[in-house]
Amino acid sequence: MKRDITLKINQRVESFTIDDADTLLEVLRERFKFWSVREGCGVGACGTCTVLLDGKPVSSCFVLAARADGHEILTLEGLSDGESLHPIQQAWVEERALQCAYCTPGFVLSVKALLEENPNPSDDEVREYLVGNLCRCAGYADILRAVRAAQVKLSA
Amino acid sequence: MANFSVVGQSVFRKDAHQKVTGQVLHVGNIEMPGMLHVAVLRSPYAHARITRIEKSRAEKVAGVAVVLTGAEVAKMPGVDPHFGPAFRDQPILCVEKVCYVGDPVVAVAAVDRRTAEDALQLVEVDYEPLPAVLDVLAAAKPESPLVHQQHRPAKAFADLAHVKAGQKSNICYQFKLRLGDVDKAFAEADRVFEDTFSSPPAQHMPLEPHVTLVYLDEAQRINIWTASQTPSYVRTEISNTFGVPMNRIRVRIPYLGGGYGAKLYAKLEPLVTALALITKKPVRYALTREEEFLTITKHKVIAKIRTSIKNGEITGRKCEVYWDTGAYAEIGPRIVHKSGYTSAGPYRIPNVWIDSYCIYTNRVPAGAFRGFGVPQVIWAYDSQTDMIARAIGADPLEFRMRYALNEGEAFATGTPVKSFGVKQALQEAADAVEFSKPSEKHSSTKLRGKGVACGVKAVLTPSISGAIVMMNADGTVNVLSSTVEMGQGSETMMGQIVAEELGVSFDKVHIVQPDTDITPYDTITAGSRSTYHMGNAVRMAAGKVKTVLCEAVGKKLEVDPDDLEMQNNRVQVRGNEERGMSIGDAFLVKFGSAGTTITGEAICQPEAAPMDPETGQSEKCTEFWFPSATSVEVEVDTETGKIRLLQFYSVGDTGTAINPRHCEQQLLGSAITHLGLTLFEEMIFDEGQLVNGSLLDYQVASFKDLPDLFRPIIVQVPHETGPFGAKGVGETGTLTVSAAIANAIHDATGVRIRDLPITPERVLRALAEKSQAAKQD
Repeated sequence: MKRDITLKINQRVESFTIDDADTLLEVLRERFKFWSVREGCGVGACGTCTVLLDGKPVSSCFVLAARADGHEILTLEGLSDGESLHPIQQAWVEERALQCAYCTPGFVLSVKALLEENPNPSDDEVREYLVGNLCRCAGYADILRAVRAAQVKLSA
Repeated sequence: MANFSVVGQSVFRKDAHQKVTGQVLHVGNIEMPGMLHVAVLRSPYAHARITRIEKSRAEKVAGVAVVLTGAEVAKMPGVDPHFGPAFRDQPILCVEKVCYVGDPVVAVAAVDRRTAEDALQLVEVDYEPLPAVLDVLAAAKPESPLVHQQHRPAKAFADLAHVKAGQKSNICYQFKLRLGDVDKAFAEADRVFEDTFSSPPAQHMPLEPHVTLVYLDEAQRINIWTASQTPSYVRTEISNTFGVPMNRIRVRIPYLGGGYGAKLYAKLEPLVTALALITKKPVRYALTREEEFLTITKHKVIAKIRTSIKNGEITGRKCEVYWDTGAYAEIGPRIVHKSGYTSAGPYRIPNVWIDSYCIYTNRVPAGAFRGFGVPQVIWAYDSQTDMIARAIGADPLEFRMRYALNEGEAFATGTPVKSFGVKQALQEAADAVEFSKPSEKHSSTKLRGKGVACGVKAVLTPSISGAIVMMNADGTVNVLSSTVEMGQGSETMMGQIVAEELGVSFDKVHIVQPDTDITPYDTITAGSRSTYHMGNAVRMAAGKVKTVLCEAVGKKLEVDPDDLEMQNNRVQVRGNEERGMSIGDAFLVKFGSAGTTITGEAICQPEAAPMDPETGQSEKCTEFWFPSATSVEVEVDTETGKIRLLQFYSVGDTGTAINPRHCEQQLLGSAITHLGLTLFEEMIFDEGQLVNGSLLDYQVASFKDLPDLFRPIIVQVPHETGPFGAKGVGETGTLTVSAAIANAIHDATGVRIRDLPITPERVLRALAEKSQAAKQD
């Protein structure tokens, strides 16, 4: 069935018609071309399609677009203007927390949510929070350092 | 180290900004007008004859462009319906029979994925089941049913030129090595150790699944955008399969979201090309994660290893290695050969016998997986080497050191080893974990122990890397190379080498992404070969540019060009920096016009001496070796069987590290991935049916698996013909993880695990068996 919804995506209000079966991932990629949102597993287990829904990380492959009606979405495209980098992105570059970087958008957004909820997490809290974001290049040690560097930048 | 300006520096990645902003191009982002999407109906049987396909209802669904069967592909004029890098055994779509659960049978191309999937529901296929071959050891027996009636060699690669046509057996390739007299060694032995080790099939799980887009351009040329590690090979394969001249095919590869070996050779490209040729529309096929599990796997391996001891010394070793290559050989024969010949280890053993078998079964095809089969054989030999040392009362470190080959000594293949830092790597690993100090006793149910392992992989030889370096009149450089950037940092490596050679700053070098219209042939981006092979090619190509420029400047300044150097973006007299000019002026001296270019081309093509087919002996079986060592301290919870890594050190001999931090990153990433493969990853099959083929059911290493203390360590034993002394590092960290962990578990508990993964259940069962045995004594 078709339905009209309204979302605030990266600070812009968008009203459009969806099919009830459309996932948030499909809408963000196919309609709005936010290519940083990537399908990795289709079952909400890998974190590559992570976006922030009202500031909380969700797997957009596992959220129906209809469920997001009236809510606010942030994708990586909305985090910075693409020229200057957000402090978390700067930390990612400086600490070399990326290789193939397919996981990077999801990780950066999860870390944004983490540090807003808990500006001073322990190592275990970081691991626990990020367990739903997989990195098959397995740069977890680099990512952990980047989280710490981002924390310093954000508290400065 | 010599005086380098950018080689040896840990410069930042070339691609970091576009990757961290998510703006990076992937095949999945490319859209074209009228593009069709694909869904594929796959076999529910492990082995069956196709007796009927009814597809007329599916064809009538609105939005469906084509419903394609294998029989129709086989009738396309000039098309070979089978492809493959070692044998042409894999159908584009199954023609007469299916060979594994998941084998592609019918493809639909439609206006969107959902329409294609809906149409597939309306396709009916009838099958007549055939006896399935599901066990690799049973498959190797002469009485086994056959997966394929005959094997047709592909003749695509020089190193596989010796692969022969075969029939009436599921063994599609066998490698043999014979050194000395193993039978005599066993007959005279005081003691013989005989063990069997197994490794399960596993999935590469690149976060970006396979995706391919094919369209015909305005000249009706076949254009392919694909997530592949082998642009040159894909072009050759499409040319051979469809009977199309090579310059009528263009293959382009943007950044990959991981590869790890999964994206080698041809995968989706033949099918998507067929669909594009039929529909005359752009067609894109992106695998779902579930389909990814049904496309390619890591080889399941059973390794039987016997070692003879006389007077406390190793006198002989016999290895029988059985590789389950699945329904199609894929690159199995190369793995069985190249990894097979290292199966006895980097040790001085006078009598060695190796039989390594590539075996068809009715399971998902197996191919290259970061490490190319070597982790599976090291799992066997360096577990057993540890067992022997402990059993005869030798120190496991000293025992390995006693037998590890020194520079210039012959490997089991008869090849003298060069740049072979295995002892250095092992010593570093042992020192890091303080191997000589036993673990402290911590609690009665949490037992701690230490383990080391070492091993070596040989780079694929012969192979070929071509490159073109084009210098522009403003001193910037374009590098044309078919090496695929899949996260490993190859663009950064090439940029550093070219910047060093031409004396320009790193940021002036641009790496052109693989495009078979303009980037020269490269065998493969895999096997830790790109730094050495492509690194040498781009360095030599840059050197040719330098020669041309220095000749022009030498004439102008009336100095011998050999007395000129390129440094700091200038061409100048060596030792007299004032005398020279900027690169821009040098171009003006040569051409007198603005905007000109100088191009140099080079090919790096190391050769091997062919191995004797009966003995595996060769004066030179490989261009270089890359030694690995791992040391760990583990804690075994005897109540739950859970293994915790307290310390974890991954050591690799990389030769000169072009970018030390990136080398460390390769060690770290491959080691952590292999930690998952050691402790829990396994594709589980029930009667040929994969039962955990989704990320809900299949676990890979996550943030929680990162050990408390982890450190990569680089050992740099330079290679005389490596670019600036470099070798390779992409796989090194994978090689020795499993054996080191099992050895540490034994140190902690006295139990020996011989089957991967080392799950808590296996540990508990082994502990129970040990205490049972103790009670009986």
